[in-house]
Amino acid sequence: MIENRPILNLLAHLTLILGVCIVALPVWVAFVASTHGPTAFMSGTIPMWPGDQMIANYSQMLGAGVSTSGTPPVGVMMLNSMIMALSIAVGKIVISVLSAFAVVYFRFPFRGLAFWCIFITLMLPVEVRIVPTFQVVADLGMLNSYAGLSIPLIASATATFLFRQVFLTIPDELTEAARIDGAGPMKFFRDILLPLSRTNIAALFVILFIYGWNQYLWPLLITTSSDYYTIVAGIKRMADAVDGLPQWHLVMATAMLAMIPPVIVVVAMQRLFVKGLVETEK
Amino acid sequence: MKRTIFSNQLLPWLLLAPQLIITFVFFLWPAGQAVRQSFLREDAFGTRTSFVGLENFARLWSSPEYLNSLQVTAVFAISVTVLSMGLSLLLAIAVDRMIRSTRVYTTLLVWPYAVAPAVAGILWWFIFNPTIGIMPYLLGGLGYDWNHISDKGDAMTLVVIASAWKQISYNFLFFLAGLQAIPASLREAAAIDGAGPVRRFFDITFPLLSPTTFFLLVVNIVYAMFDTFGVIDATTEGGPAQATNIMVYKVYFDGFVGQNLGSSAAQSVVLMGLVLVLTVIQFRYVEKKVAY
Repeated sequence: MIENRPILNLLAHLTLILGVCIVALPVWVAFVASTHGPTAFMSGTIPMWPGDQMIANYSQMLGAGVSTSGTPPVGVMMLNSMIMALSIAVGKIVISVLSAFAVVYFRFPFRGLAFWCIFITLMLPVEVRIVPTFQVVADLGMLNSYAGLSIPLIASATATFLFRQVFLTIPDELTEAARIDGAGPMKFFRDILLPLSRTNIAALFVILFIYGWNQYLWPLLITTSSDYYTIVAGIKRMADAVDGLPQWHLVMATAMLAMIPPVIVVVAMQRLFVKGLVETEK
Repeated sequence: MKRTIFSNQLLPWLLLAPQLIITFVFFLWPAGQAVRQSFLREDAFGTRTSFVGLENFARLWSSPEYLNSLQVTAVFAISVTVLSMGLSLLLAIAVDRMIRSTRVYTTLLVWPYAVAPAVAGILWWFIFNPTIGIMPYLLGGLGYDWNHISDKGDAMTLVVIASAWKQISYNFLFFLAGLQAIPASLREAAAIDGAGPVRRFFDITFPLLSPTTFFLLVVNIVYAMFDTFGVIDATTEGGPAQATNIMVYKVYFDGFVGQNLGSSAAQSVVLMGLVLVLTVIQFRYVEKKVAY
């Protein structure tokens, strides 16, 4: 702040409070809706204050789900989402850290070509080449499996670049010292590189967990068996099914459950989250 | 470049193998298939495919539906970018004035990043539900009859709001970082010279923020064009009457629901070209200018 202008400060606070309210509005409405019984939605407009059916709605969704919608209980879908999100985050980090190590610390023929192959994945988001990618996964028999949900999404140019940048800043003296002490490449990788990139790995993990949890189109296409539905993709099927018989209180309870895990991750690890966000965009 | 390197020849390939295999099987091969398919056409029964050259592309450019989709995508991407960046800049400027409450406000503004686009779509779909939603009720009080199921403009407004809402936190964080990187001494000097807050913003803050703004412009356009599939599918499904059928949604719809593989593949190729252009812009022009 340059100079003290009370009116401007007040204005800034008002802007922010209004902004926070607008940002929170849809979630508040969803939360309120998820705490009412089905009759609350017959009367015209939705209530704006929580009702008393919260525990009943959430326990019904977690344990049993909506049988008419063909979706499994939300607890099952959350578990699937968790498995998918963790596999994608861990998988991306593992293969990226290995390839960054190879590209930075070795000289071998076609190194540039390998680097370009990885780079090109940036330009091929899954939404763009969805039909042929689906065919490949179907041909490999990976429909309706956790491998099919995660493996096609774990190639990552962004993560490889990030680790490449991190490794390039690690002083050569460390590598020289390790070599003089007789450490081979994998020992150097495990005992020096990995510990030094710990915070980068953690920051990236936060971003990738959210990315994995929020996947929508991919799980929607490759899961036809309800055993493998993820919550973000399942919620659409549920909303479609209730069009005839509005069960908004249950759909909104599911929406709340779908956003709670990633929101907790962002809020609890805000520092790492911001670091990850800024680093992956370099 | 590293001075000290390891001399193994086989090991780097082993390290690269997982990444390269996945890239080849799930990225390069399907992309190649899309390019190949875009030159082929299947007959109505799917029994014969013939090489048709550029005919699939020619058909796209003469298809009113595709031209409509291009226009819808442009309107959608620009609206989302302007709305989201405008609100975020306002919020970031307000937070930048704060001293003690910066962290609290930041926490309260960043969490929508974690909400999936599809869930964001469902939330706003509910708020704007014509029969029980709160917004149509309020708008009705103002004399406006909201119905995104039949009205094209309302449907577009809905998907723009849902998509922009989700992106506010991202833009806010980058704008705030950009603002905090501007040396206070510049603004102090301007204040001593008698420039008021508004003048300071337009003569000093905004020009110095332009690298961040440009970077966010590219990121937001990419987001609106490629990451909003969930918002569209969870709400309007491209309707009513193609009013929200953005290009990414049309590729999916024509390929999976319409089973028109040749056309869908040609659309994929067009989109790959677009991503290529946007990526080149991002790497060529953004990276160098972000540093002050």
